[in-house]
Amino acid sequence: MWASPMVIRVEWALRLKGVEYEYVDEDLANKSADLLRYNPVTKKVPVLVHDGKPIAESTIIVEYIDEAWNGGYPIMAADPYERAQARFWARYAEDKVRALYAIFSTTSEAQRKAAHEAQQCLKTLETALEGKKFFGGDAVGYVDIIVGWYAHWLPVVEEVCGVSVVTDEELPLLKAWFGRLLAVDVLKAALPDRDRLLAANKARREQVLSA
Amino acid sequence: MAAEAPAVKLIGGYGSPYVHRIEMALRLKGVTYELILEDLRNKSELLFKHNPVHKLVPVLLHGDRTVCESLVILEYIDEAFDGPPLLPADPYERSEARFWAQFIDQKFARPFWFSFWTGDDVDKRAFLKEAKENLTLLEAQLKGRSFFGGDTIGFLDITACALAHWLGVTEEVTGVTLVNKEELPAFCKWADGYISDETVKQCLPVRDELVAYFSARKEMYMARARATLHK
Repeated sequence: MWASPMVIRVEWALRLKGVEYEYVDEDLANKSADLLRYNPVTKKVPVLVHDGKPIAESTIIVEYIDEAWNGGYPIMAADPYERAQARFWARYAEDKVRALYAIFSTTSEAQRKAAHEAQQCLKTLETALEGKKFFGGDAVGYVDIIVGWYAHWLPVVEEVCGVSVVTDEELPLLKAWFGRLLAVDVLKAALPDRDRLLAANKARREQVLSA
Repeated sequence: MAAEAPAVKLIGGYGSPYVHRIEMALRLKGVTYELILEDLRNKSELLFKHNPVHKLVPVLLHGDRTVCESLVILEYIDEAFDGPPLLPADPYERSEARFWAQFIDQKFARPFWFSFWTGDDVDKRAFLKEAKENLTLLEAQLKGRSFFGGDTIGFLDITACALAHWLGVTEEVTGVTLVNKEELPAFCKWADGYISDETVKQCLPVRDELVAYFSARKEMYMARARATLHK
């Protein structure tokens, strides 16, 4: 689905590894028989099908890609402790993502509260960037792939909702990392068009507010 | 002269299936560890220092390293220590084990909580149905084997430990029955096999003590369930 950050994670992993893949777009309002067959448990995208075998859950798919093509670009560090820290922060980001969604579905005081809470979560996440160019160190790694969608989506959400979350004052390391991440050619090439994303999110925001 | 291996300590709390997961992993790997028991109603500075983000147990201390989050700790133990592997070697099988581990951690809490801890005034049928469906899905992953790991206990078995032991305890404390042998034969056989295992028995809380522990907290859990149900 063109606007899903979870799908982008998988595309990034495949592209970093130089793996050729066929992209099958789903209309989530009208799911295909294939999707339901490949992911009967959660019925969600993304699903990676490799040699006819399906893998679901984007964080798990990314680890699979790293292990199945283990000779290529190293997504996970080799050291067990670094790997544990990467998995910890990926899980943290997944658990806290509803704080970001909350900004999108609220207004006024509730929205200010949601934005503040999101900022607090991001500040905690930001500690994992200290002294590094990327979460993965000198190069893009697992956590960058898992949370990198913030760099493209959050500015859109901020614009659509009229809030500031990732600022130079509050989240300087994260803001700087946004710029570095978006400059990586392999990642930039897979991002959805910003204007299209902006229009889609504006429409969804209106839908959410009028519900 | 061989260097002394860095000390392994586990910060845990009584009755936690998440802590049991880690004890099992360490024991299966043959790792000697010190268990530090927290009073979870009165958490220590040690816990706050080592898990400032979540303030929860279990926390693994390995030399000067700290690892939090039970599933993250399990994978760390598998990678950092020698001994029989906890996860399968094949990448696809590893992805399946991780998927079902995440399923256990994300899909059981809500229907179980509301199935067991809501009062008779609540229509539990939908929650029970969801809980049973999830168990049925998980049961299918046994694929005719004794354990999710095959012939021996592995990553997914220890991840599912609460279903093998704590589930039965909760049924006894609440009088709500979720599992029966006719509907979930392979699951029941797996659960019996798990709690009978010699390594498991070394670090599994005694059933009667757990029953007493949960019985003493029954009112509290029911109040919490009532409060969250109407959110």
